[in-house]
Amino acid sequence: MDNIKKPENIVYQKPRLLNDTDMHYCPGCSHGVVHKLIAEVIEEMGMADKAVGVSPVGCAVFAYKYIDIDWQEAAHGRAPAIATAVKRLWPDRLVFTYQGDGDLACIGTAETIHALNRGENIAIIFINNAIYGMTGGQMAPTTLMGMKTATCPYGRQADLHGYPLKITEIAAQLEGTCYVTRQSVHSVAAIRKAKRAIRQAFENSVNRRGSSLVEIVSTCSSGWKKTPIEANEWMEEHMFDFYHVGDLKTSEK
Amino acid sequence: MKDSGNEIVLMKGNEAIAHAAIRCGCDGYFGYPITPQSEILETLALEKPWETTGMVVLQAESEVASINMIYGGGAAGKRVMTSSSSPGVALMQEGIAYMAGAEIPGLIVNVQRGGPGLGTIQPSQGDYFHATRGGGNGDYYVIVLAPSSVQEMADFVDLSFELAFKYRIPAMILSDGVVGQVMEKVVLPPFKPRRTEEEVIKECPWATTGHTADRPINVITSLELRPEAMERHNLHLQEKYAVIRASEVRYEEMLTEDADYLIVAFGSAARIAQKAIGDLRKSGVKVGLLRPITLWPFPTERIAKLAEKVRGILTFEINAGQMVEDVRLAVNGRTPVTHYGKMGGIVPTPDELIAALKGDFEVEKQRG
Repeated sequence: MDNIKKPENIVYQKPRLLNDTDMHYCPGCSHGVVHKLIAEVIEEMGMADKAVGVSPVGCAVFAYKYIDIDWQEAAHGRAPAIATAVKRLWPDRLVFTYQGDGDLACIGTAETIHALNRGENIAIIFINNAIYGMTGGQMAPTTLMGMKTATCPYGRQADLHGYPLKITEIAAQLEGTCYVTRQSVHSVAAIRKAKRAIRQAFENSVNRRGSSLVEIVSTCSSGWKKTPIEANEWMEEHMFDFYHVGDLKTSEK
Repeated sequence: MKDSGNEIVLMKGNEAIAHAAIRCGCDGYFGYPITPQSEILETLALEKPWETTGMVVLQAESEVASINMIYGGGAAGKRVMTSSSSPGVALMQEGIAYMAGAEIPGLIVNVQRGGPGLGTIQPSQGDYFHATRGGGNGDYYVIVLAPSSVQEMADFVDLSFELAFKYRIPAMILSDGVVGQVMEKVVLPPFKPRRTEEEVIKECPWATTGHTADRPINVITSLELRPEAMERHNLHLQEKYAVIRASEVRYEEMLTEDADYLIVAFGSAARIAQKAIGDLRKSGVKVGLLRPITLWPFPTERIAKLAEKVRGILTFEINAGQMVEDVRLAVNGRTPVTHYGKMGGIVPTPDELIAALKGDFEVEKQRG
C-alpha cells in the first residue's frame, strides 16, 4: 500500500482551501459539494490571496468555517450590497456572494436585482433548494406549487401563498449581467458542469466583465423529509421541470 | 475640485461634508437621496472625486443597501461613509448594529428632520435617543458627534474616521436640517491622500483584504452561537466602550465660570442658546452654556461638576426632551433640571428659550 501513496499517484484529493473540519450540513445536502467546487476553483485560479467571500444568513452562514479565504458574514439578504462595496474598493479582488433562496430571492431581492442591474463585477452563487433549511423547512420564494413545507403544510397554493419566483430568469434580462446560468450538483456530470460555471463567474469578477449569477438547483433532504437518494430523485422529477437547468445568458460585455 | 487652502469659502453644511470627505482621504460614499441632506451626494457627484482621489461614489438602491455597503467597505479596511436623514437612518439601524457587533469602522451622517415616521422635512433633534442608545438590537454604542456649525460639519468628517478606525466602531455625525442647510463661512480641511492598499493592509490587519500566507483568514461577522463566547465578545465591547467614555468626551463651555444657571444644548440648538445667553447676560442674568460635542460618550462628569454650583439647568433641544434624560442622570438630583424644546420641525427662537428659562427658575424674582 505504502508504495502506492506517492504524490505522483494522486488522482484526486481534497482541495487545499477546503478546511479539514466537520461540516454542519446534513447528509445529502448540496452545500458541501458546492463549497468544494468553490475551493477548487479559487485554488486553480491562484486567487486564494485575493478572494473575498460574503456568506449569507441561512444554512451557509458558516461558509467561512469551511473555505480558507477572507469572509464577511452579511445580514439576511444584504450580501450583494456588501460585495458591491468590497469589489468597488478593491477592484482586483475576486468577490463573490454565496446565498440561499430565502436570502437572495426573498428578503434580499432588492439588493440582488440592483447589484446585478448595476453590473457590479461580482459573482453570486445561488443555492436554490426551494425551502428555508436553517429555520426548519418553511416555505421559500422558490417553493414549488403544491410542495408541502412547515408554513404551507397543505401544499403551496397560489391564492394563499402566491407563485414560486424564477429570479434567475429575471437576472438574465438585466443589462448588468454578463453570465446567468442554472446548474445542479446531483451527479458527477452535473458537478463538472457546475464547476465550469463557477469558474466562468469567478473569472468574470476578476476580469470585471459584469455581474454573474450561478443558480445551483439543490437538495435539502432534511427540509424535504427525504433520504439523500430520494431527494436527488425528487429534485430531478420536480425541480428540473420548473427550474430548467442550463445557461440563460452567456453574452460577455 | 476647489483647493481653497486656508481660504474661507461660503457653503451649506451638507456641501461642507462632501468636500471634507474628498479632502480627508475618504475611500467611498454610498447613499440614497432624502431631504434635507441630498446635497451631500449631489455635491460628490458634481465634484467627481473618482477622477481625482479615486474615491468611490455610488447612489444605492436604499438606505438598507447603503449601510451594508458601509459594512462591506469598512470590513475591507476602507474609510467609507453614508449619509441620510432620520427615516433613512431608522432603516439603517440593522446594519449599524451589525457593524457594532462585527467591530467595523465607518461614518454615518444623520441630518435630522422631524418625526416620528415619515414626519416632516424641517429640522429636528428627535433622533438623539436612537443615535446615543444604539438604535439597533443588542448592547452597543456608536460614537456620536454633534456639529453646531458648517465648520464643524467639515471638521468632524476626518475626526469621525480617525475615531472609528482607532476603536473599530461606527461613528455618527448627528446633524440636523439647520446645520445641513445653512450657508456659513468655512475653512475646508487640507488635502490628505487616501491610504494606499499597502497602508490599509498594514493598518487594518483584521480586514478582509485577501488571505495572505502571513496571517490566518480574516472573518468579519457578528454571529457567535456559543453563549459563553458571545458573552466574552460582549464584555470585550463593553471594555472598549469604557475606554471611549474615559478618553473621548468632547464638549464646549461658554460663560460657565460665574453662571447661576446652565443651559445644556447641542448642534443648532446650541447656536440659538448662545444668542439667548448673550441677551440674558445683557439683562444681568448669569447664564452659561455647556455644549456636548460628543453625545456618546456624554460629558456626564462635567455636567455633574457644574450642577454643584448652579441654581438650575435647562436642557434645550429641538425635540420633546431626550438628552434631558442624560443630563438628569448626570445631575442626579443636585439641582433642578428642566427641558425646553419644540417638535414637528419648528425651530425655537432665542426669546422663547429666554422665556422658558425665566419661567422655569423664576429668575426675575430671585434677582429682585
